[in-house]
Amino acid sequence: MEPVNATAAADPAQPLLTIDKLVVEYRTGGRRRPPLRVLHEVSLEVHAHETLGLVGESGSGKTTLGRAVLGLAPVAGGTITFAGTRIDGLGRRARRGPSRDIQVVFQDPYGSLNPSMTIGDILTEPLTARHTHTRRAARERIGELLDAVGLPADTAARSARELSGGQRQRVAIARALAPGPRLIICDEPVSALDLSTRAQVINLLVELQQATGVAYLFIAHDLSVVGHVSDRVAVMSRGEIVECADATRVTTDPEHPYTRNLLLAAPVPDPARQAQRRAARHRLAAQGSPAG
Amino acid sequence: MNDNQTAAIAPPTAAEAPAQSPDRAKPAAESVPAAAPRRHGPAGRFLRDPIAVAAAAVLLLVIATGVCAGLLTEHGPNKAALDAVLADPSGTHPLGGDGSGRDVLSRLLYGSRTSLFAGAIATGVALLIGVPTGLAAGYVGGWWDALSSWVANLFLALPGVVVLLALVAVRGPGLVGSMVVLGVLTAAPVFRLVRGEVKRVRGEPYVDAARVAGLSDPRIMGRHILRVVRVPIITQASLIFGLALIIESGIAFLGLGEADRASWGAMLNDASVHVYDNAMLSVWPGAAITLTVLAVTLLGAGLRDAFEDAPKPPAATRRRRVRGPAREPAVRVDTGALLVVDGLEVAYPAPGGEAAVVDAVSLRVDRGEILGLVGESGCGKTQTALAVLRLLPVGGEIRSGRVMFDGRDLAALSERDVNALRGRRIGYIPQDPMSNLDPSFRIGSQLVEPLRAHLGLSRDAARRRALELLDRVGIADPARVFAAYPHQVSGGMAQRVLIAGAVAAEPDLLIADEPTTALDVTVQAEILDLLRSLRREHGMGMILVTHDLGVVADICDRVAVMYAGEIVETATSADLFARPAHPYSAALLAAIPDGAGARSRLPTIPDRVPSVHDRPSGCRFAPRCAYAAPGCAVHPEPTTHRDGAVRCVRVENEVIVWNR
Ligand SMILES: Nc1ncnc2c1ncn2[C@@H]1O[C@H](COP(=O)(O)OP(=O)(O)OP(=O)(O)O)[C@@H](O)[C@H]1O
Ligand code: SF4
Ligand SMILES: [Mg+2]
Repeated sequence: MEPVNATAAADPAQPLLTIDKLVVEYRTGGRRRPPLRVLHEVSLEVHAHETLGLVGESGSGKTTLGRAVLGLAPVAGGTITFAGTRIDGLGRRARRGPSRDIQVVFQDPYGSLNPSMTIGDILTEPLTARHTHTRRAARERIGELLDAVGLPADTAARSARELSGGQRQRVAIARALAPGPRLIICDEPVSALDLSTRAQVINLLVELQQATGVAYLFIAHDLSVVGHVSDRVAVMSRGEIVECADATRVTTDPEHPYTRNLLLAAPVPDPARQAQRRAARHRLAAQGSPAG
Repeated sequence: MNDNQTAAIAPPTAAEAPAQSPDRAKPAAESVPAAAPRRHGPAGRFLRDPIAVAAAAVLLLVIATGVCAGLLTEHGPNKAALDAVLADPSGTHPLGGDGSGRDVLSRLLYGSRTSLFAGAIATGVALLIGVPTGLAAGYVGGWWDALSSWVANLFLALPGVVVLLALVAVRGPGLVGSMVVLGVLTAAPVFRLVRGEVKRVRGEPYVDAARVAGLSDPRIMGRHILRVVRVPIITQASLIFGLALIIESGIAFLGLGEADRASWGAMLNDASVHVYDNAMLSVWPGAAITLTVLAVTLLGAGLRDAFEDAPKPPAATRRRRVRGPAREPAVRVDTGALLVVDGLEVAYPAPGGEAAVVDAVSLRVDRGEILGLVGESGCGKTQTALAVLRLLPVGGEIRSGRVMFDGRDLAALSERDVNALRGRRIGYIPQDPMSNLDPSFRIGSQLVEPLRAHLGLSRDAARRRALELLDRVGIADPARVFAAYPHQVSGGMAQRVLIAGAVAAEPDLLIADEPTTALDVTVQAEILDLLRSLRREHGMGMILVTHDLGVVADICDRVAVMYAGEIVETATSADLFARPAHPYSAALLAAIPDGAGARSRLPTIPDRVPSVHDRPSGCRFAPRCAYAAPGCAVHPEPTTHRDGAVRCVRVENEVIVWNR
């Protein structure tokens, strides 16, 4: 596996990614209506080699936060700093520099690969996009990438349509790894996969991190998965971070009532224990809705 | 770095080293489906389409005659000879002469030049204007989109042919001029088409992924977006070409064309004067026009099919009647159970035989009971659900077995009778919410219509009920969602809308395929509460297909575990979680992250579910089973085990005894 880009020898004390008071707003419809504020002064840090989990309900702004880091969401305030460089508000062209260091794996293994391209073409794209690889070198690298994600080399000749969900997600991971990024935004990377495939992909992500030292911003709604892969976990509710702490802490003994509710709502694979948790959740709900 | 897994299950007491079957020795790099059809490139697909090839040949011939007209005849198209007026075919004039003494063959050959030239100009102009503006409007949006859409709408509102004829009549003849105008007029529909397609693809995650990969906008347009829009563009272009050809002929026929240009239309004009003297005069240009237009249209269709690499579903009806011996009319038998599936087999035609995606599946759901159906992707859970609902996609057939619902065999009912049950007494929540909502109708009307049809509610009552249901499935602003189109709501919302629709008629049986997978845990908990209350209040029975064993533990009374088309274990929830009997069930349970040892390697099942075509002849799980032994080469039958059944030779013979 190619090591991560060794640009800007980072000061170990300095976080790889710093998000400071980030505000994201979407214009909705008419000019006169006030814009919809999706993120309210969110601050977070991701360190090199670490996995920061991000949980929260849908609509809480997890995906928007990831997209803002990728330059795909409109930043209305605050800053995003990557390896000491401001990356918020960069134009498309200027972004193409740092974007090599930040990659993404989306949730939907069906939509995130162009169905009319071969896997080889899909993987060539990020390699030749910045003229870093010749076609020949790209082909070799594709072999390495497929191998790294546990797919046979002849997958390159196939189209995404012929692959299973798990295989597609492996391809998406290979595509993210291609430019040798230092940070991968994983937006619900295993939510659409079945149990055994999910375990395989989680293992793959953990192994790849150990091998390359890449950092993950791991977005998911499943606390047990996030707890398993993360060093630290941030909890988001309605565009704000309500809690950010050590992973075991958040997944076993959370501080914020919102997190507690989230934890109780996640069913556990044990009917007896689950019945108790359900009762606890109903009690909590009866006492008045937690976390507003 | 591959996925060689550790054995997933707690050791059995009767400890024998798990047999190492040869399949386990190879690294668990994912095998790619073996039965994948051979792919042909667009060129290959085109060449295998005889109609398209014939159309291309005709068109090439027309082009060749146009280009080589000078070599094929020594007569000029406008050179009149008195002795050739209305002459019969002869050595010098193979097709005879026309009313002015011009050679018909020569005019026919030179006429094809004019026609092709006209088509090329109009099509070229239409594409040159329509495609880039449409791409820009769809991709960039903003004021450019607003302005260009306004202009396009203006053009679309114009009666094109009238405008064109008026222009030609006022400005005088001019082939190039009139075809350019035609091109401009037909650019509007091209614009609309391209813009719409681009808007649709633009939101696809793969376009975002390309942006993240650092591709420039022009490259994204070229590589991802143009690929998608090229197919409709080809179709549109062939139509414009044909239209231009006809309009050019029309103008010339009306005598508004350029006098000194040979044209099939002008030939028809001349022929119309002499229709009683020489009828053949109109046959030649008429045939040329018809043949060329037909060839262009068929070529367009052929190209479209060649580029459209997705296999298109045949136009045949989506749902099929069950094949096989005629059954007796469905009789009502009271079995006590709500649904009894017995020996269900579902098969699809496959190259070299048939593929049984569901095989000898037997299930039972009582009133008020919730049965979980679990198993890896591709094991046949959805196909089982669809077969029960008689909603199998084209090609899929119930080969054998009975599906007794409330005493009637659904597999033998007529389409009409099944239809009457679906929606009313059997509710269905499909796996993929978005593709099950019609993008062109508001969500409200999609909920209200079935309510009116099934429950006979008035429009107002149906509306109230729909809003109430949206509220119950946890939608915060029911009125907004009611008025929204499907693309305006998130996937989770769409899922809830479908749940609301499925339970609206308070069905006796609900078949829910991954109903909560797209939802947050908090919403999921509410939905599960809702389903629980429906079961309590109406005694609703339910089949719940899910990957989430937590959901199973929360709500299911019994569980059926499916593997490679078969049910390998049925058990009560309590038993399954405490003491899974089948090695596959145990392996599935082990793959859940349980909080212990963060970042430790999760136990996984090596390799993946075998495709329908290479299932082992013995136990289908054997190649992946940590307990496989030589005895597993016989295909196990289900045997009773505690309150359920299990399909494993070694459990049956009590070789594997679980100590949990
Ligand atoms: N239209 C079809 N034609 C032929 N085979 C099909 C068709 N649809 C599904 N299959 C095959 O049927 C088998 C079972 O598919 P099914 O969709 O039932 O799996 P599933 O258990 O629901 O999986 P998932 O958990 O991914 O939803 C698979 O091998 C699949 O490839
Ligand atoms: S019968 Fe199948 S599941 Fe049972 S031990 Fe043998 S291989 Fe494993
Ligand atoms: Mg399914």
